[in-house]
Amino acid sequence: MSATATATTTPVAASANVIPFAESAARVSRDTRPLRLITCGSVDDGKSTLIGRLLWDTKAVKEDQAATLARDSGAQNDLGLPDFALLLDGLQAEREQGITIDVAYRYFSTDRRSFIVADTPGHEQYTRNMVTGASTADLAILLADARVGLLEQTRRHATIAALMGIRQFVLAVNKIDLIGYDKAVFEKIAAEFREFGLALGVRQITAIPMSALKGENVVLSGTEAMPWYEGPTLIEALELATSRSTQAGGFRLPVQRVVRPGESFRGYQGTVSGGAIKPGDSVAVLPSGTVANVKQIVTFDLVRNAAVAGDAITLVLDRQVDVARGDIIVSIDGQPMTGTSFDAQLVSLQPGGIEPGKRYWLKSGARRQRVTIEPTSQLDLSTGQWKPHASLLSMNAIGKVHLSFEEPAVFDAYEQNRATGAFILIDPDTLNTVAGGMVTAKRADIGGIHRGKEGEQRVVLSLPADLAEQLMASELFASRRDEADIRRLTAAEAAEFFSNAGSDI
Amino acid sequence: MSLSAQETEIRNPPVSRPPLDPHLKALENEAIHIFREVAAEFENPVMLYSIGKDSSVLLHLARKAFFPGRVPFPLLHVDTTWKFKEMIEFRDQIAEKYDLDLVVHTNKRGVEENITPFTHGSAFYTDVMKTEALKQALDAGGYDAAFGGARRDEEASRAKERIYSFRTPDHKWDPRNQRPELWNIYNGMIKKGESVRAFPLSNWTEVDIWRYIQAEDIPLVPLYYAAERPYVERDGMMILAEDPRLELKPGEEIQHGMIRFRTLGCFPLTGAIRSTASNLEEVIAELEIATVSERQGRAIDRDQSGSMEKKKREGYF
Ligand SMILES: Nc1nc2c(ncn2[C@@H]2O[C@H](COP(=O)(O)OP(=O)(O)OP(=O)(O)O)[C@@H](O)[C@H]2O)c(=O)[nH]1
Ligand SMILES: [Mg+2]
Repeated sequence: MSATATATTTPVAASANVIPFAESAARVSRDTRPLRLITCGSVDDGKSTLIGRLLWDTKAVKEDQAATLARDSGAQNDLGLPDFALLLDGLQAEREQGITIDVAYRYFSTDRRSFIVADTPGHEQYTRNMVTGASTADLAILLADARVGLLEQTRRHATIAALMGIRQFVLAVNKIDLIGYDKAVFEKIAAEFREFGLALGVRQITAIPMSALKGENVVLSGTEAMPWYEGPTLIEALELATSRSTQAGGFRLPVQRVVRPGESFRGYQGTVSGGAIKPGDSVAVLPSGTVANVKQIVTFDLVRNAAVAGDAITLVLDRQVDVARGDIIVSIDGQPMTGTSFDAQLVSLQPGGIEPGKRYWLKSGARRQRVTIEPTSQLDLSTGQWKPHASLLSMNAIGKVHLSFEEPAVFDAYEQNRATGAFILIDPDTLNTVAGGMVTAKRADIGGIHRGKEGEQRVVLSLPADLAEQLMASELFASRRDEADIRRLTAAEAAEFFSNAGSDI
Repeated sequence: MSLSAQETEIRNPPVSRPPLDPHLKALENEAIHIFREVAAEFENPVMLYSIGKDSSVLLHLARKAFFPGRVPFPLLHVDTTWKFKEMIEFRDQIAEKYDLDLVVHTNKRGVEENITPFTHGSAFYTDVMKTEALKQALDAGGYDAAFGGARRDEEASRAKERIYSFRTPDHKWDPRNQRPELWNIYNGMIKKGESVRAFPLSNWTEVDIWRYIQAEDIPLVPLYYAAERPYVERDGMMILAEDPRLELKPGEEIQHGMIRFRTLGCFPLTGAIRSTASNLEEVIAELEIATVSERQGRAIDRDQSGSMEKKKREGYF
């Protein structure tokens, strides 16, 4: 035999070759969608420690991982506890510097539900990575060091989270062990944040005093040290939170691909990002406005009789229409906004900032198009006020902007639909992602009602919805769809509308 | 009017199963979305196919994503020549059964220089026969996007990875400077020579993978199920003893017992576990109460913390 094997393994006991059984194995029931959450707040407030502790106390850390943690921790604190942050800070550079640089995604569950956590960095320099985590979260755990309270970076993170549509916050007043479990300090910080949250439009705030390191009020109760606190532990609060509701409103299918496996089949593939659809429904293809009916909803498993938000489907229409990647198939009423000029808010993510007048690539859904940005104001984080600002939005700035397109663009307001209201900006030179944005409104003709040409005659009709749908599906109507305004009302609202219009009709 | 073959197929879907639970459904939807996005935005994608359970799920999702069309890219298998025999048989069966374009690549230099896991140690061997081989294959194919089955829950540096993981022309990953990745809007713009590794299974856990395999009835290499097999104990691992290239060291002897594998790689570097779980239900039951992680059986992950990051920076998956 030649040279001996030099596999770099440490010998382990033979028993390690058997999967050992944990004593009280909780069978995970996953009846609900997972709750997606982030930790955020300023540098060193204990975000990674908290999630590490959460994983530890929910038994999500396996024995071999615990052994690695013990080995890597060394003697890092006087409590003889492992450095739980190392369960999250997996990059060499993070371990060397003792900070988080990029988001870590972790998965754990309790008997009640499953969770996806994004542990984000507190460092201002890496705000873009916090934004990455925040964009998909349902809930934010905002940490504050009990010794220092809310900092500008704490406010920045809370603001970004709120801007991105997070409506549920847990304020973790951490390191409470270092201030002698002082109730007054906790209450002062909690009150201060409640007031700040109100300004952000966030009402759902659960404030919890905790020691992430010692695991008090994380999964295990902290009553012994804080008999004065009667609220939930962190895990209890998380179990009660709600997952982001699927987008209601009109049907939206951003078309990712057109699939043509044979002459007779033409399907439009994409993920439903709003509403629902069934065969027979009338749809419009935007931005062209062409109208058709749904013939089939195809998936690998079965031909379906309905699809709802979140479903990845292939849609077949009843007629030959021009549909390409980037188009959006929508329900015929309750349509999104189509136009070339929109208002939006955005977070600038890269050192170069966002330059006024520069042409960027904008990607939203499956659509990528050229856009020019004109900043109008910027958020002052120290006062919470929007200040007029028409120049460069530097890195980490939160701004309001006008978007001007060369070709028609299609959006919902982000408040109405996160999927069709969100976009990223890509720098045409570096091709890097330089901003994340949220559309607030279409500009100029808000509401999109036609003014018509000078002297043009128009007729307002009120019809039963099914009849209207048939008319709208006709070729003639479809060919002139962009000249018509459509609103869906209840019969009572329609009657009121007509009576208000008086005797002219 | 008679139906075309295509329409007939769509009216009689290939399978009909009870609906997935919402958790798995959400993961499936996300993966399909990623597949379609990459296929639409890149000129020349490829899917890394390692024959293991994650690859099997990945392939199943690809077939779903493009149905009723064909999977619109080839599968690439980096063959180190030290895979389990059953893996190679399974690979060829699957490629034929599902009508896939399979590309197999082996690092010729490594073979010529006789670099083996026994003679050169796991780290060097992996570097040559896996990382270097992968880069050769990606360059040869001119692929601008490569799907992989990596999951964030596997390892600490993977937990940091984006779904579109950007790579320089020499395949390097810069974990300190990743592109922001907001919502499910992926930035697929790259310059010539640069590429993206795309990970549709990013948010799946090991339990999710097994439960999905069960729900969707996905075929797997039989090595995942317990059976009476010959093995040798070495360095605290049970190594399958069926390949004639495995030479016994003094004091070693071939034993027989009920064993199975939790992950599959190169046979000399992949340890078996003792188990009686001979079907899916039993494997899942065993997994749900497991107290050690799946990477525990892999020699290459047992090096220093941070070894995976180092390999990934150099271009490993
Ligand atoms: N005493 C005490 N120390 C804590 C507590 N929570 C965290 N720490 C310590 O605070 C330090 C910073 O913790 P991290 O978890 O790394 O902080 P972080 O918020 O993740 O930091 P960045 O991600 O870099 O912004 C570590 O030394 C922790 O041990 C706590 O509740 N009590
Ligand atoms: Mg941290």
